[in-house]
Amino acid sequence: MFEKRWDASDPMFEIQSRLRRDDFDLNVEIRAPSTGVLALFGRSGSGKTTLVQVVAGLLKSEQSKIVIDGSVLEDTQRRQFVPPEHRRIGYVFQDARLFPHLSVAGNLQFGMRRSRATPPANLWDQVLELLGLQNLLNRRVQQLSGGERQRVALGRALLMQPRLLIMDEPLASIDAARRNEVLPYLERLRDEFALPIVYVSHDFDEVLRLADHVVLLDQGKVLAQGDIGSMSLEPQLRQIVGSDAVGAVLNGEVESVSSDGLAVVRVGRAHLSVNKPQVQTGTRVRVQLLARDLILAVEPPRGLSVRNVIEGRVIDVSRDDDETDLVRVDIGNAAVMARVTRAASLELKLSPGLPIWVLVKAVSMRAHTFAASDSSKK
Amino acid sequence: MFHLAPAELDALLLSLRIALKSVLFSLPVAILVAWWVTRGRGLIRFLLDAFVHLPLVLPPVAVGYVLLIVFGVRGPLGRWLYEQFGVRLVFSASGAALATAVMTFPLFVRAIRISLEGVDRGLEDAARTLGAGPWDRFFNVTLPLMLPGILAGAVTAFAAGLGEFGAVITFVSNIPGETRTLPLALYTALQSPDGDAMAARLATMSFVLGLGGLVIAELIARNVRKTLGRV
Repeated sequence: MFEKRWDASDPMFEIQSRLRRDDFDLNVEIRAPSTGVLALFGRSGSGKTTLVQVVAGLLKSEQSKIVIDGSVLEDTQRRQFVPPEHRRIGYVFQDARLFPHLSVAGNLQFGMRRSRATPPANLWDQVLELLGLQNLLNRRVQQLSGGERQRVALGRALLMQPRLLIMDEPLASIDAARRNEVLPYLERLRDEFALPIVYVSHDFDEVLRLADHVVLLDQGKVLAQGDIGSMSLEPQLRQIVGSDAVGAVLNGEVESVSSDGLAVVRVGRAHLSVNKPQVQTGTRVRVQLLARDLILAVEPPRGLSVRNVIEGRVIDVSRDDDETDLVRVDIGNAAVMARVTRAASLELKLSPGLPIWVLVKAVSMRAHTFAASDSSKK
Repeated sequence: MFHLAPAELDALLLSLRIALKSVLFSLPVAILVAWWVTRGRGLIRFLLDAFVHLPLVLPPVAVGYVLLIVFGVRGPLGRWLYEQFGVRLVFSASGAALATAVMTFPLFVRAIRISLEGVDRGLEDAARTLGAGPWDRFFNVTLPLMLPGILAGAVTAFAAGLGEFGAVITFVSNIPGETRTLPLALYTALQSPDGDAMAARLATMSFVLGLGGLVIAELIARNVRKTLGRV
């Protein structure tokens, strides 16, 4: 209903691969727009890394077809296989894989020197500036911290002017405290380079912050795929992230910011008050409403401290577990999901089409800014 | 105190020259074979591995004998070399270098092989995604990372080559100034009634050279390992 539609002329990403290993079978078919960030999400061992290695050409499948924007990278039926060195796919490995015998500058230039396209004059400066690498150039790679290593690896991949950038859990080898040093760089990268990105992660928060399109993998198979909005309502997601972490992800725009730190975000025809200081009017933001934080009312509520009351209609009700239900609610151009107890669900007689009011506490929203117009970050 | 007779100095210099020549000639072959033995698969790899290690278990005299048969002026390769290029290996310093190379080859290959096994294949994959083809990857990623093993192997092979005896004396005989290396001179000294002092000096020299070689090999390996580090 609110899922983005695209036609054949749009840039597309088509991955189809069947691969059998001793203890693991991969069998996937993915179609996604090749603009923005495609997240491969799943538990460790679900086949995410195997899949991106196939896309990069580092692993051969028994049967596969990989097409990016009309150019065929491999097609087992037609016996086509472009070797990895000719695919122009930038690959940021989980463990960075910087060349220990080269300096930071030598690493950065490795792919750039081998690229056939002449780089735009300012690419070098642009990448160095984007990733904050200017002061690291003469360092030996052994002297870098985990976060710096990943930034160099990312710069190295960007400087080869890839047609696609693969990032395989770039934050996984960095300790949690340092992750926030790297995440803003990734967000800037997404916003400033018009480069399709495949982002592998087992951390749903990262996916929320970065992804436009999500593929949910489990045991080598695709459980579900779609844009971040519809995927956030996908019941299958609950199995992976747990029912406390599921909830609608909504794209909105900041309409006004009050002095007390509350921003009013317009989502569809609803308005939400979000506790998000330091955001500018007009910024596009992404808001996640956790299903466990939503309250449903069958009548317009009055006299509550809750800031956000959204009017909508029930789309459907599905079982969450033995005692709770997940209720999806259409709020006009968007949908949210609420978790209610089975008893409440029965008592309120929740059923598709029922008019309903959704109550959200302002503080319960997590907003991620994601627009190029946001210049508040260094 | 430690005065060398001209004959002893000759033997020393000859030994150094022959060992150096043997290392330089076997270096590319050793890298190639180490690569094959490490990365190759199947029966050929298995047989090659066994073949390379043969000099370790065969009597050196037997190796010298085989060289004599193959590279002798009437041998299949020896005749060809002599007729095409005028190269005669038997009874020559070049032949001594060949015999030395064959005998030290297992050591050399083993050192290179260990360093090649230590090279992270992931780095080669990374180079691949960055646009590097097979030769490019080998010369710009794999080879630099193997360098510690290659250098250590070369120094060890050199030190071992200084002392090669059995295969050398069998293949190229014991000709002063041409094939009489340190160990051969030592052997000759022991054979003569008044050669005790000479033998002692030559033995001391061999000992010092061997020990020095091993120490240098270890220092190189350690130093390069430190600068390359593991990332």
